[in-house]
Amino acid sequence: MSNVCTTATSSIDLTKIKPYGDTMNDGMTQLSFTLPVPYGDEASEAAKQLAKKMGFDEPSVVYSKDLGIGYTYFILYGKCQHTIDYTTIKVPKVEGDVMDRLECEKYIADNIKREVVVVGACTGSDAHTVGIDAIINMKGFHGHFGLERYKGMEAINMGSQVPNEVLIAKAIEVKADAILVSQIVTQKDIHIQNMTELVELMEAEGIRDKVILICGGPRISHELAQELGYDAGFGSHSYAEDVASFVLTEIVKRKMV
Amino acid sequence: MKSKLNLDPKVIDSARSCAARIAAEMQIFIDRHTTVSTERTILRLLGIDGVDEVDTPLANVIVDVLKEGGGLGRGAAYWIGNAMIQTGLSPQEIAEKTASGELELLKLPTCTAKESEEKILPVVLDALSAIRKQTEKREEYLATIGEGKRPYLYVIVATGNIYEDIIQAQAAARQGADIIAVIRTTAQSLLDYVPYGPTTEGFGGTYATQENFRLMRKALDEVGEDVGRYIRLCNYSSGMCMPEIAAMGAIERLDVMLNDALYGILFRDINMQRTLVDQFFSRVIIKYSGIIFNSGEDNYLTTADAYEEAHTVLASQFINEQFAVLAGIPEEQMGLGHAFEMDPEMENGFLYELSQALMAKEIFPKAALKYMPPTKFMTGNIFKGHLQDALFNMIAVWTGQSLQLLGMLTEAIHTPHLHDRMLSIENASYIFNNARNIGEEIEFKEGGIIQKRAQSVLSEAEKLLADIEKEGLFATIEQGKFGGVKRARDGGKGLAGVCVKDEQYFNPFIPLMMGGAK
Repeated sequence: MSNVCTTATSSIDLTKIKPYGDTMNDGMTQLSFTLPVPYGDEASEAAKQLAKKMGFDEPSVVYSKDLGIGYTYFILYGKCQHTIDYTTIKVPKVEGDVMDRLECEKYIADNIKREVVVVGACTGSDAHTVGIDAIINMKGFHGHFGLERYKGMEAINMGSQVPNEVLIAKAIEVKADAILVSQIVTQKDIHIQNMTELVELMEAEGIRDKVILICGGPRISHELAQELGYDAGFGSHSYAEDVASFVLTEIVKRKMV
Repeated sequence: MKSKLNLDPKVIDSARSCAARIAAEMQIFIDRHTTVSTERTILRLLGIDGVDEVDTPLANVIVDVLKEGGGLGRGAAYWIGNAMIQTGLSPQEIAEKTASGELELLKLPTCTAKESEEKILPVVLDALSAIRKQTEKREEYLATIGEGKRPYLYVIVATGNIYEDIIQAQAAARQGADIIAVIRTTAQSLLDYVPYGPTTEGFGGTYATQENFRLMRKALDEVGEDVGRYIRLCNYSSGMCMPEIAAMGAIERLDVMLNDALYGILFRDINMQRTLVDQFFSRVIIKYSGIIFNSGEDNYLTTADAYEEAHTVLASQFINEQFAVLAGIPEEQMGLGHAFEMDPEMENGFLYELSQALMAKEIFPKAALKYMPPTKFMTGNIFKGHLQDALFNMIAVWTGQSLQLLGMLTEAIHTPHLHDRMLSIENASYIFNNARNIGEEIEFKEGGIIQKRAQSVLSEAEKLLADIEKEGLFATIEQGKFGGVKRARDGGKGLAGVCVKDEQYFNPFIPLMMGGAK
């Protein structure tokens, strides 16, 4: 692959990319933050100097506002000095093609020939079901139907604040092919601890290798999921078909049919 | 006033009387039962405070003793009154000696219920007088330093540390906020006790404790005096300790409290029998202390579709209104909830949202309607999110909402940062001021999209209420008609804490509070 590619306006060196404002390599970046100092010229100067230390040339404070308790909010622009070599970027991703709902249903009928059982929950103290609902509930999200709608699939949504033990017990009871764990509120990394505990409990129960284990949520990447011992992780903008495609092809790959 | 939506008053009346019968039917069940949390509330109001050596609140210690010994059906008030007669001790001394094992409440000689009630009356009147002093203090503040214009700007703080919350809350008040809600730590609603003392650790929020309430109240009074505007404090009288937290809120002068049994049943899986009994006493306390309660209908729309299920929100508002009427709550203290949660991709979505919000205002004209911001379709695109919040603010000022929970542009990313709150207050203040009287200027096309939508939602709500009346509220919830969530009558958390009252049972607070005792 060539390191130089041509766009409509100018050439880009993919080994040295930086932000684009209105001119190639201008590095233009917008940022905003608060400093715990009173509003005024000194505060703005402090924000500018800080932006310089962050690696911005010619930082400029375009707006500042007194937050009322001796703190000040800033909006700044600056020119980023740093560059990234795009040609060496590698991001682990869930492999395999994504099938749509009808393709998934046909895949089950052709290759699995039995009902596929999936159990999902928002575990631990997390009370936010928006993620697991989007994947499992009939209605789905943004026009993508949930797994409950899939012919050949039995999808159980256990809701929120489900203890890991209860989720595992349910998975054993219904002989689940896959467990889906959703984590939305992740303040102070509580989700990492909770998700790790689930893997440990499954290992202790001797079912870890019998079940496809998947996690999802806005702060979850496939890479993080694999580090924690999950088979796959789905971040924002994932829908039921992404999860279903992975589960179904894994079932066949692992000869769980 | 003439309905701008051309709503049929007969349909409204029919829906409302259906809801009244549904609530009255449930009240028969409620009146026969008490719960561990209701009894702990009585103990707290009698002045019993503090924890034992393993941090169990003394109110829990006593109620556990009564429950294990089979005495709960007679009510905690009876046993405390009896112990006062037999020992000459104060309620707090009785609690401490019970916790240390020096006193066995159920083994004392027993007096009659009447004797106990008479003995305890002065303590009850003292408690009511302390609460009355707090409501007078609020009235005095409103008369002297005044308050912000409606819709009140309502923001949340959620750092987990009460002292950090205070910094954020005072900053928000200085930026223009009228109501500060301290979000509770995740899962506190499922604890069957109220933690004790000031707290500095929490996930996604801060523990509701009486000391935390007191600290925040003091901080808001200080900043309110400084900015010349009374700053209201909000917390959650919901979950397993619904009435206890209402009592703490009454004692520490909270102004707004989330309070909705249906929400607890559907979204926290709390047992329906338990929480409906709890809700009644909590609403009586809320009524007496001049607190505005907030119901949680907005939450249905986080799981169910806001366009298709709009009538379930209205039906639930009618039911919540009637439960409030049974607790004696005046309309002005009814913060019935709803939300701006339709998919922003929907054509004419703004018109439907406008129709829904105005419909609520026309049906509940004096209520302090609580309007909740978009959350479900917030994406992390903070710029678009700020616009969604602007449309939401536009509808609020247009339709006369009362409690405007401000949307945050960083919704779906993190709990609000200091400047997120400033930006959302700026957004709302700009729009409220810039469009202040728009509602009085604009009328709607006869038979147009906006009128027809409201009429159809009202008519569907009326039908749903008629079905609920036929089947009963418990059965309706079991079938998943609210928020698409199904709950079993004997399922969920806390059923073991429900108990049938015996013939001598009394709760001295309910008649006095409902009668408006001084």
